[in-house]
Amino acid sequence: MTWFLDNFAYVWELTVKHLVLSVIPLVVGFVVALPIGWFASRHRRLRGSVLSVGSLIYTIPSLPLFLVLPSIMGTKILDPLNVIVALSLYAAAVMVRSASDAFDSVPAEVLDASKATGFSEARSFFRVQLPLAGPVLLAGLRVVSVSTVSLVSIGALVGVSSLGSLFTDGSRRDFGTEIIIGIIGVVLIALVLDTLLVLAARLLMPWRSVVRSSGRSV
Amino acid sequence: MIEFTSVSKTFPDGTQAVEDFSLVLPSRTTTVFVGSSGCGKTTLLRMVNRMVEPTSGSIAIDDADIASRNPVELRRSIGYVMQHAGLLPHRKVIDNVATVLLLNGVPKKEAHRRSAEMMEIVGLDPSLAGRYPSQLSGGQQQRVGVARGLVTDPNILLMDEPFGAVDPIVRAELQQELLRLQRDLDKTIVFVTHDIDEAFLLGDQVVILQKGGRIAQVGSPADILAKPANDFVRNFVGLDRGKRTLRIQQHEGRSIVVDETGKATGVLAE
Repeated sequence: MTWFLDNFAYVWELTVKHLVLSVIPLVVGFVVALPIGWFASRHRRLRGSVLSVGSLIYTIPSLPLFLVLPSIMGTKILDPLNVIVALSLYAAAVMVRSASDAFDSVPAEVLDASKATGFSEARSFFRVQLPLAGPVLLAGLRVVSVSTVSLVSIGALVGVSSLGSLFTDGSRRDFGTEIIIGIIGVVLIALVLDTLLVLAARLLMPWRSVVRSSGRSV
Repeated sequence: MIEFTSVSKTFPDGTQAVEDFSLVLPSRTTTVFVGSSGCGKTTLLRMVNRMVEPTSGSIAIDDADIASRNPVELRRSIGYVMQHAGLLPHRKVIDNVATVLLLNGVPKKEAHRRSAEMMEIVGLDPSLAGRYPSQLSGGQQQRVGVARGLVTDPNILLMDEPFGAVDPIVRAELQQELLRLQRDLDKTIVFVTHDIDEAFLLGDQVVILQKGGRIAQVGSPADILAKPANDFVRNFVGLDRGKRTLRIQQHEGRSIVVDETGKATGVLAE
């Protein structure tokens, strides 16, 4: 506890870095995965291959990826951009499947009805498909959010500081308190992000709470 | 006026849904396509707003070929009511009714005002405006669907088995409501059903269809009952089973109408 209070400024700084390194890949991954998932959901025949590429990317171990990316992108080995790009890739890889499932979950009769009432393709995407895919997209985002927050720690091994630095530092010095503080920090970040996602969803999808509480009357 | 000229439709899987179909649907009347499943009635309906494109032949609205119209614009100009209401689950009732107005760029306030009026016309309580579709009964959802179809005051209203999924009591109520609306609004309605009683109740012109969109008979309900074209029609409308045979019996000095089995169904007006 004393160590934590003495080093509060340092831990806080690492927490903020950790948060930034988590949120950027989450947003980038989501934005990249959305159109790809939509495409996969629309083109049944290509769906399999698109999703396999996603799974394949996700199987690349993170540490080698952090080390290889600088030579591909021409960045310095300590550049946080390496971690951000790698984690964005993972986030997108996982999110593509969720996004594809999410667009599949939009009821066919609603799509048909919106087309018949005169929605253009673009309007139908933004006003009908995207909102109705929301619940499944949210479920996917929550999983990706947790996994990204935990993956950020590994960046510490290649010198990109985050709460993971407390693990590397703590184990090098054989100092358990530091590691525990790091774990608590990571868990807290994951919880906060998850809560924010759920709250945002409630704001953006007000019809869902109604559906759940009222039940369907005939 | 809607005119089908030698319209055929073969789906990519080889199903011939409609074959060489020609018919004129007069303006300001209700034409009902009736037939068993697979007779192509829904395909015919969906060709009017280009949800389905004919393989050959043409469809004209007031003598203008619809193939030259922008499909999105065309659909916005035609009301469409479908079997499961097809409401947007994430939009409130009032926004669902206002859908086409909002798509056409009518300001939200104006769109809501007109939608509220339309809700009243179709018999929906104004308090439902802020609800979501899932909070409504099946009959109410169907009324919202009708209000959405009518809110832009289109000349043409397409109705694809709109009352098929509600219980018989609500169905009868909605049918009467549609008759009342049609007396006031005078739309060109194209109505699809598999229920011959519904077809006779609502249709000015009834089109009995056989497989492949072949017309078994076209006419007013009275025409068809008086002069069924063939055995298929006789069987389809129930003439061969005595379902349409009524007799008059004298009882207590009044003329009682009885059906084939002798059950009393009404009293003859004196």
